[in-house]
Amino acid sequence: MSWNTSRLSRRPAPAEGVLLVEKPGLLTTIQDLGRPGHRKFGVPPSGAMDRFALAAANRLVGNPEGAAGLECALNGPVLLALQPCLVAVTGADFTPTVNGAEMPPWTGVYLAAGERLSFGGRRSGARCYIAVAGGLAGSRWLGSLATYLLVEKGGFDGRTLEAGDVLSLATSAPRPLIAGRHLSRRLLPPYGREPALGAVPGPHHGRLNRASRSALLKSSFAVSRDADRMGFRLEGPPLALSGSELLSIGLTMGAVQLPIGGQPILLMADHQTAGGYPVILGVARAALPLAAQLLPGDQLTFREVGAGDAQEEWRRLREALEQIA
Amino acid sequence: MPEKTWPLGDAALLVELGSRIDTALNARCHALAAALEKRSGVKEAFAGYSTVTVHYDPERTSYAALKTAISRLLQEKPRVGPSGRLHRIPVSYDGPDLADSAELLGLTIADLVKLHSKPTYRVFMVGFVPGFAYLGPLPAALQLPRRRVPRTHVPAGSVAMAGEQTGVYPLPTPGGWHLLGRTAMPMFLNFTRSPSLLRPGDRVKFHPV
Repeated sequence: MSWNTSRLSRRPAPAEGVLLVEKPGLLTTIQDLGRPGHRKFGVPPSGAMDRFALAAANRLVGNPEGAAGLECALNGPVLLALQPCLVAVTGADFTPTVNGAEMPPWTGVYLAAGERLSFGGRRSGARCYIAVAGGLAGSRWLGSLATYLLVEKGGFDGRTLEAGDVLSLATSAPRPLIAGRHLSRRLLPPYGREPALGAVPGPHHGRLNRASRSALLKSSFAVSRDADRMGFRLEGPPLALSGSELLSIGLTMGAVQLPIGGQPILLMADHQTAGGYPVILGVARAALPLAAQLLPGDQLTFREVGAGDAQEEWRRLREALEQIA
Repeated sequence: MPEKTWPLGDAALLVELGSRIDTALNARCHALAAALEKRSGVKEAFAGYSTVTVHYDPERTSYAALKTAISRLLQEKPRVGPSGRLHRIPVSYDGPDLADSAELLGLTIADLVKLHSKPTYRVFMVGFVPGFAYLGPLPAALQLPRRRVPRTHVPAGSVAMAGEQTGVYPLPTPGGWHLLGRTAMPMFLNFTRSPSLLRPGDRVKFHPV
């Protein structure tokens, strides 16, 4: 099998099936970069938990960064190519294979009709992303194809994939299909099981007492079993706050809330849009991909950054994406 | 009170105009959010009770520029916003916490129902989950702290209260408020472009059935 540049003569038309789901994986959903702008109706942004990995996967197959792809949590699906297509697998390493032969991650790879993309098992990370040239079709809700399971909207009929589902392309794949685009490992965010997440002190950081402020930056926090697309409950040294009860405020992905009890909650893509717990930190956008790849039991630390420095880190991450052309 | 501003991560900020549940203060927050959403670089502005959360694109505007703009907007004379729509919501007052709440408040069930269904509440904001409207203020005689142990499953349509707030759970979710009754009126409209029946600034009157 060769991973070299391939050019195809046949254009797959939109709405024609491109991939047959033979096995769905544990929790595989269609996601894009989300539906911002609807928090005023209580609707979270949703979209890929690891936005860097989805954006990279899309660029690797020649799509706009926000095209819809698959997010696969903990393990991957088995997908049969119904027609020739170009795919890229990024994010967590679940050992992607084509017809049993290991395929390179973070690389555009050509699938011939009848070839199978499957996964040999999790080696690292929590969520892998699969992009297909042309982008996946799905049901659009409030401007986005992102699946939001709580209300069963977006993506594949608002649900996780099931065996027998047929995935279609949103648009004709860009021509020529160019396989072999690759993102070098050294340009990836520093994924790992013990990441230091850059975070900006939040509105209620000042309510922490001195010991808690120090513990927040010096201690490790474990991701608890209560970790899903809405957010991660963390376990660490109890943190103490002073001050009166707060009125609910609008929230964002990356906000770190501190409920009574002193164990923080890191809000993720399907976060509640408003809440009344103090917000002690805001994890920087550049660090959210690292958080998205954590599993229960993994440890994280918080590293204090100013908003300006955090924005600079994001720009550097964007430069890595822009190298994929 | 001068506003206070803090960063919320590296692409959002929180501005606080006060710390009370107050109709005029909340109206100012909604007016500020609407004005900010018209600015270039602002992706989304969410008005809470007394705060606005602004989501912005740091490549097109900055924390400092927004802070200046907010101060300037707040000095302008507040425009009177649209008064919102009035919703009459039928409620069967038969919730699992009705009797306990009445007892804790020292009221008869009939008085509790009368007190809860008398005011015309304001929608201060919609948040938590799609279609969940925070309504208030609740009469002082009805104010209870939220349940010590939240329920893991509250049925959709439950009419509930906690603190100075009341509302209707639009979807089956966990919840810590006191369940007074239920309504069949859908709060989450999954087929429209504005998927919440209740919108900020709307008014709500419950009527017992």
